[in-house]
Amino acid sequence: MRTSLWLCLGLPTLPLETLGLGDSPQACVLTTPGRESRVRIGNRAAYALGIAPGMRAGAAQALGDVEVYTRGGSAEQAALEALAAWCGQFTSVVSLAPPDGLLLEIGQSLTLFGGVAKLVEQVREGVLDLGYQPLLAIAPTPLAAIFFARAHQEVCITDLRQLHAPLSRLPLAVLGVDVRIAEALTGLGLREMGECLRLPRDGLARRFGPELVRLLDRVSGRQPDPRLPFEPPARFGRLLDLPQEAEDTQALQFAARRLLLELAGFLRARGAGARQLDWRLVHRDRRETSFKLTLLTPSRDPEHLGQLLRSRLERLALPEPVRALRLIVEDLCPLAGVTLALLPGGKEQSQAQSFAFLERLRARLGEDAVRGLRLLPDHRPEAAWSFCSPGEPSSSPGMRSGPLWLLDPPQALVVREGRPRLRGPLELMERGERIESGWWDGQPMERDYFVVRNPLGGRYWIFREVEGKRRWFVHGIYD
Amino acid sequence: MSLEAVLRDPRLWRCGRALPVEAETVPSGFVEMDALLPGGGWPRGALVEILTDMEGIGALQLVMPALAHLSQSKQWLAWIAPPHLPYGPALAAHGVALARMLLVWGIGSSREHFWALEQSLRAGPCSAVLAWPRGLDGRGLRRLQLAAEAGRSLGLLFRPLAARREASPAALRLMLEPHGPLAAVSILKRRGGAGARPVYLDLRDPERSRFILNTPPFTAGTLALGFPKGVVQLSPLVKGGVHTPPAK
Repeated sequence: MRTSLWLCLGLPTLPLETLGLGDSPQACVLTTPGRESRVRIGNRAAYALGIAPGMRAGAAQALGDVEVYTRGGSAEQAALEALAAWCGQFTSVVSLAPPDGLLLEIGQSLTLFGGVAKLVEQVREGVLDLGYQPLLAIAPTPLAAIFFARAHQEVCITDLRQLHAPLSRLPLAVLGVDVRIAEALTGLGLREMGECLRLPRDGLARRFGPELVRLLDRVSGRQPDPRLPFEPPARFGRLLDLPQEAEDTQALQFAARRLLLELAGFLRARGAGARQLDWRLVHRDRRETSFKLTLLTPSRDPEHLGQLLRSRLERLALPEPVRALRLIVEDLCPLAGVTLALLPGGKEQSQAQSFAFLERLRARLGEDAVRGLRLLPDHRPEAAWSFCSPGEPSSSPGMRSGPLWLLDPPQALVVREGRPRLRGPLELMERGERIESGWWDGQPMERDYFVVRNPLGGRYWIFREVEGKRRWFVHGIYD
Repeated sequence: MSLEAVLRDPRLWRCGRALPVEAETVPSGFVEMDALLPGGGWPRGALVEILTDMEGIGALQLVMPALAHLSQSKQWLAWIAPPHLPYGPALAAHGVALARMLLVWGIGSSREHFWALEQSLRAGPCSAVLAWPRGLDGRGLRRLQLAAEAGRSLGLLFRPLAARREASPAALRLMLEPHGPLAAVSILKRRGGAGARPVYLDLRDPERSRFILNTPPFTAGTLALGFPKGVVQLSPLVKGGVHTPPAK
């Protein structure tokens, strides 16, 4: 039987971190609502002031300049689910352990990531980058991992046989059982898990019900503990509240980076890349400024996507201060992992560099600003070519040559003494040719084209209408 | 002091000596001009300024053979805000692969213009960048020169003749003026010292511009005779004369 190893990712300060206040130098606490509000959790700065959970809110505020918040609920659940989707890059089995924890089954991923230590390191660094303070505990059973995380003990127990000793030393508070059962257990004089585990099972079952016995069996591994796997959503949609209203685009970079890191983990878990990022800046009263960034080739690199966003934000003037940032990515394309080239500067690398360069230009100058050219099979000069996406090959060979510059639209020429003039009288250089074409699509053209030269030395391509007013125009410059 | 010691003195500049070898060059396609360029062609990883006031005398034709050659690689030819539309069929007739053409069009401000130019030079995926910059000062040119070195790209800047009085860090500066039916290319600055005689090129026709008339006895006086287009033959008695085949 394959040994399973469970990593519990505990996020004790999740409610404050969803508000973006985890790293804030300002001391902030979250309190329970109601008259007798007590401190639930505080951020690092608050703990530094000496505030502890369970303290009365008034007492906490007496210790220093503390900001008090009472929120929670749906924002935390959304953050937890987003983090669960992000964890999908490390394992295929992720389970929620509400209210503030995640379970990852890492036994199958160890060879890919090179061992427990490296995997834990990657998880820890990734979670820190996302702005959360993680507590990582590893145990052979899921419940044991949860209990260690609850007790704030970052252990790493890979062998079931070695589980018993550290487990026994855990306080009974981590069990998370009903209040009455907890009081009854303390009434019996039990403080630690070990004492509980040593008691006779049928006695425990009679006194406290079969639930407690089943719980203890699942912790120690005597009974299996199947967990409901988390199903990540098909699309990425995430709203991040900014801790303060942002007046200019610079202040959005930080929140945007977090969103992009979450997106990168989400995409890596699915082996996919994003092709279009839908950014929405949320102002007061739920008004939104939105724009889309389209990529030429799918990518999940947060550095690259961040640079594209920066270029775009530089051009954007905020109509109002921004309160929250939303990112939606719906179109997922498969993206294989990066193939490492044997030598630097390989073909894939230069092609990726080329695409990244085009995307930078388009992000800064606009999607339409960067174009390619292609040929069309037509004799009419205006119709013999068209704009296209850069790099698109022309399907047809050119039908004729011409001047290197085309004037669009053709400019009318002044005629004096029956000769057209362009900064001087024009002198014919080459026999003209008549282009008569386009009767089939409603844009018929009948023109006589000539190559001429003016006294200053410039060569031009001019034409005269055959029908109608028979005006002279200059259409191109032989530069 | 012996003659050898004098000649070895670094303060002595000797004209007409061999030019320093450029790291990497692209042949321009015009043999007589290549002979005067360090390394025998356009310098890669550097800025080249082409100064001309007149449109229609062949400034683009001058660089077409090199662009056609560079378009065979996988890299872009970037045109930053050209003054008119590059005409696809003509480019194809000159041998430029259209799939490598990158037109950066419709740029709003001059700041974005400069940014696009610097990015294209520096990024690396562009083998050549063509631009018609306005209002560039010495500092801006210096940044572009460094960007071109970083990206190993050929930066071709087309500027008005008035710019020749300004100092510039570009590796190569050419002046292009009409000379009768031909174009006179004068090298204002090149690595290894200026002072080369102007080159007269026939930029009218892609095939014929290879046959160049630049021998010493050939002077502007001969031009005044108004010889018919396409047929130029020098007397075989003239030393160093070049026979150009008659036009087809």
